[in-house]
Amino acid sequence: MTWDWQVFLTDDGSGRTYLEWMMDAWRWTLAVAGSSWLVAMVVGAVVGTLRTLPARPVVSALANAWVELFRNIPLLVQIFLWYFVVPKIFPPFQQVPGFVLVVFGLGFFTSARIAEQFRAGIQALPKGQRYAAMAMGFTTAQSYRYVILPMAFRIILPPLTSESMNLLKNSSVAFAVSIAELTMFAMQVQEETSRGIEVYLAVTGLYALSAFVVNRVFAVIERKMRVPGFIVSAGTGGH
Amino acid sequence: MKKQLLAVAIAALACVAAQADTIAKVKSSGVVTMGVRDSSGLSFTLGDGKYAGFHVDVCQRIVANLEKTVGKKLEVKYQSVTSQNRIPLVQNGTVDLECGSTTNNMARQKDVAFVVTTYVEEVRIAAKVASGITSIGQLKDKNVATTTGTTSVQLLRKHERANGVDFKEVFGKDHADSFLLLDSGRADAFVMDASILAANIANAKNPSDYRIVGEVLAVEPIAIMIRKDDPAFKKLADDTVRDMVKAGEMTKLWDKWFLQPIPPKNIKVGLALGDATKAAWANLNDKPAEDYAKK
Repeated sequence: MTWDWQVFLTDDGSGRTYLEWMMDAWRWTLAVAGSSWLVAMVVGAVVGTLRTLPARPVVSALANAWVELFRNIPLLVQIFLWYFVVPKIFPPFQQVPGFVLVVFGLGFFTSARIAEQFRAGIQALPKGQRYAAMAMGFTTAQSYRYVILPMAFRIILPPLTSESMNLLKNSSVAFAVSIAELTMFAMQVQEETSRGIEVYLAVTGLYALSAFVVNRVFAVIERKMRVPGFIVSAGTGGH
Repeated sequence: MKKQLLAVAIAALACVAAQADTIAKVKSSGVVTMGVRDSSGLSFTLGDGKYAGFHVDVCQRIVANLEKTVGKKLEVKYQSVTSQNRIPLVQNGTVDLECGSTTNNMARQKDVAFVVTTYVEEVRIAAKVASGITSIGQLKDKNVATTTGTTSVQLLRKHERANGVDFKEVFGKDHADSFLLLDSGRADAFVMDASILAANIANAKNPSDYRIVGEVLAVEPIAIMIRKDDPAFKKLADDTVRDMVKAGEMTKLWDKWFLQPIPPKNIKVGLALGDATKAAWANLNDKPAEDYAKK
């Protein structure tokens, strides 16, 4: 087995090198992952919060349905449903670009998981906190805004980190709807150049690097957001 | 201790290299391993660990001659390979002869050797009859489907650059997926190897809705793959194919696999014997794809 890393500097037939193409592919991966992350966080936070609302059974049931729907169907199947099945039923859907489909497909899938984490975070809080907010005369919205959510968010930061890293790696399903991201690059270029091991190693490196950056960013957030003496005491002792 | 390990590693490597003599290897082990594909036009599974196809038949003839040479009955094992792992598996000795549908090109010739070309693939366009598309010139600004991980992707890219036209490429993750793109209207045409197009059309709900149209965009020699630097085994395989061509058996095999109903669904592929394949049989050679492109 001999290495041939120069393969990345050869022309791919359209006037750019494979290295330039890989950088393009990396940007697509980051674009898909970044956009889906926004969708997933916003929808996940809303749905997760709705699931914990007191005395709103209909809203909670709808939020439960959302979570179970998106969590119980394999991701790749969901993407194909959006791509092939939904346009059969609603023809205008065919005009929606693949990028938008995959951002929402991946975003909704991840939102179900993030919603569960938000619910877990909220329910992990001692009941006393909710009662204290009520005793202060807060409305439900105010108690969530000022008391419950800020605490819950800090509790779930570690699983949220994993989820965000997962999302980045899950973005590889975008290749199935014709987005030229890293996985597609790897599959295509190893065939064109017959240098599969070099290509996959480089792509693996980029995925690992991206995921690690996500991890570090969250570590910084975790440190900056820490409230001394509360919940995330990071080994300095509890209450 | 480390040095000893290193010595063992080097000895192991030397063993792998020594196995380039396939005939000796098969003789001592009594086993020959055929690399096969799960769903390719030339080699596919019938389920239940059984494989069949045009190239599988050719390989069985090679194995029969191999048995004569080593003078004993060999156990034939099938190893399913993919386009990603087929070359390493041949190199490391897991597979003795790969009977899938591998393009013979110069990059691969650095790692492996090929038996004389048994099949020449033509890259063509499939479109819906209703679309009225009959040539690549009509595909400007249209959605053109092809499959990720195939040389057709590169071919389209080069064609765009050379002729200054712009396709909107959509990529299926496999051939069935690409055909679905065409079927569902997400793509106006599907550019791929003619045998794959023919097989997909044959298996469609309404085969008469689709047709293969236009000029031949590229030709690629497809051959059975063996280990590099093994002249005795290559000669045996080459001679087998040569005798089959002489006896007219290749034409019969073509008829059997491409014009008659084939298992598992008993559907006719309906792909006529192309001029390029005829020429390759008339003048057997193991030239890489690059030599075909020059013409």
